[in-house]
Amino acid sequence: MRKFALIAVPYAWLLALFLIPFLIVFKVSLSDTALAIPPYTPTLKDGFGALIDGLDLENFWFLTTDDLYYKAYLSSLQIALLSTFLTLLVGYPMAYGMARAPEEWRATLMMLVILPFWTSFLIRVYAWVGILSNEGLLNQLLLWVGVINEPLTILNTNTAVYIGIVYTYLPFMILPIYAALDRMDDSLIEAAEDLGCSRLTAFWLVTVPLSKNGIVAGCFLVFIPALGEFVIPSLLGGSGTLMIGKVLFEEFFNNRDWPVASAVAVILLLILIVPIVLFQRNQQKQAEAEQ
Amino acid sequence: MPLLDALDLKEQSNVSSPVFAPWDDPNEKPLIRFENVTKRFGTFTAIDDLTIDIYAQEFFALLGPSGCGKTTMMRMLAGFETVTEGRILLSGSDIAQVAPNQRAVNMMFQSYALFPHLSVWDNIAFGLRRDKMPKDQIEARVAEMLKLTRLEKFARRKPHQISGGQRQRVALARSLAKAPKLLLLDEPLGALDKKLRQETQFELMDIQEGTGTTFVIVTHDQEEAMTVASRVAVMDEGRIIQVATPANIYETPNSVYVADFIGDVNIISGTTKPAGADRYHIDWAPNQAPIVATSQNSFSEGQTCHLAIRPEKITIAKDKPEDTENAVQGKVLDIAYLGNLSTYHVELPGGQVIKAQTANTRRISNRGITWEDPVWIRWNATAGVLLEQ
Repeated sequence: MRKFALIAVPYAWLLALFLIPFLIVFKVSLSDTALAIPPYTPTLKDGFGALIDGLDLENFWFLTTDDLYYKAYLSSLQIALLSTFLTLLVGYPMAYGMARAPEEWRATLMMLVILPFWTSFLIRVYAWVGILSNEGLLNQLLLWVGVINEPLTILNTNTAVYIGIVYTYLPFMILPIYAALDRMDDSLIEAAEDLGCSRLTAFWLVTVPLSKNGIVAGCFLVFIPALGEFVIPSLLGGSGTLMIGKVLFEEFFNNRDWPVASAVAVILLLILIVPIVLFQRNQQKQAEAEQ
Repeated sequence: MPLLDALDLKEQSNVSSPVFAPWDDPNEKPLIRFENVTKRFGTFTAIDDLTIDIYAQEFFALLGPSGCGKTTMMRMLAGFETVTEGRILLSGSDIAQVAPNQRAVNMMFQSYALFPHLSVWDNIAFGLRRDKMPKDQIEARVAEMLKLTRLEKFARRKPHQISGGQRQRVALARSLAKAPKLLLLDEPLGALDKKLRQETQFELMDIQEGTGTTFVIVTHDQEEAMTVASRVAVMDEGRIIQVATPANIYETPNSVYVADFIGDVNIISGTTKPAGADRYHIDWAPNQAPIVATSQNSFSEGQTCHLAIRPEKITIAKDKPEDTENAVQGKVLDIAYLGNLSTYHVELPGGQVIKAQTANTRRISNRGITWEDPVWIRWNATAGVLLEQ
């Protein structure tokens, strides 16, 4: 009985904060748009029978008729994949440097990685507008140094979106990789060198495989939120930046088409279930390996 | 006491086969030579002007307390530490500029350092693959190593799926696979329990003899060093205090430090008075007859000396022995019963406590001596070693 009470808490939590909201969104995605409050029909006011009768898959069908949606999904996937890869390229050396740093420095370095979280995410993304704009800090610096003669157009392009995503999600990449590297026994590298490896082959044959779980965890932690990212593409991206988060926002608030927006959200969730399941499996494997 | 058993075994094996003692042969070239090697970490001197020769096919033990520099010596041989001053020669050539991955030296790490993502088979093959050895040769060599270490059944397992003793054997197989000229073993048995450690010591000796590889072992366990090694170097604070065979280290230590570090010992301090050829009388306590001892080294009249006597060389009796040389009366303070042996702590009139050891050849109920008993202890003039310091 006590066991049941113990597991009941997380289940109740998931039910209240995840499953019920999802069911509401799912129900809305099966409804029709209407000039009403809330802006869809049918609702529970129409009675339960009428409610069930009024639901259909029309909105999902609609998503296939306009190629905007599948282009937005594909473009989001592409941006999320590439920015995950870029975050890995930037994050791995940082995590490696932290794990190799003298013991007394590590806490400080870790603090520096986490510190940006103490400021609002929105404000930090706005700060990038100030850095990347034509008259921004970056262009002024480059002009002053003399590397360029004309200001670079970075803001309102996909490049700015990549910079924004890499910047925002970097700690999610660094922390799991750092955790994996930090646990690693230094004598493994010495053993590899002792058996004939150069520094570089020892890195590829020992360090990288042993930090694999950290890399996988970091990549999922970046990829999953980046796929549905809305703030970064709308603040830093241009009109040409097509991301599903932005489409979702426009459907909800500009078109006030809640049913179609809900359908977009449901499909996004279905796409995300695949990496989430893979991520869970990776975590589980890691936990088993550590036993 | 297993230490003594091991010594006996060694002596027996020495009788049956020709004596292996390249260090006594002036024509023999050493495999490794440390020439005035000094290693400093900042202001700390880990190795202090050390010179030593190690010969091919030796099983050489570096023995000392933690922090004495033994691990630093080993890491310099492996190439993980550079030499501050002096040179290390391997087969006559300086190895200072040779990177760890180019040395014909392999190391077995204290933590074993097995690659957790690779199977036992792949761990053993790791070094061979780096040498670009043909596939069929790798397979043959790995099979040979698995057979040598009796690991055939575990080839496909990962390191976390086997026991501590098996892991130790994988580490040994991996470091031997490349047939190095020199194998370094850093506390190889430290993580094993006592019983397994003793079995593994003999296994290590068999493998060392079978493969003919030179082994240098680092250990803080004197029993282990005595059991496996052909020669033992006792180290302290970056210096080698004595290098000798286990029997010589035990029977003729060159200093109180070595005598005290290896096994149990009684130290009686006093002043010498020469009394004929190699014989000395030692005044050790007021109102007591002088002790008689022999020594090859000469001592002058009134020189401070320390007599080191092993407890098993002192006999204990209730009655005054007839031969009165080196017989002292005392009182039993403590008895340490070890099963096969008993150690008696006997307090002498001056307050000094002497340990005397006897084999328990009778059942415990028949033992004649108990606490607070007045007893006589005695030993031969040749039983102890007279030391200057």
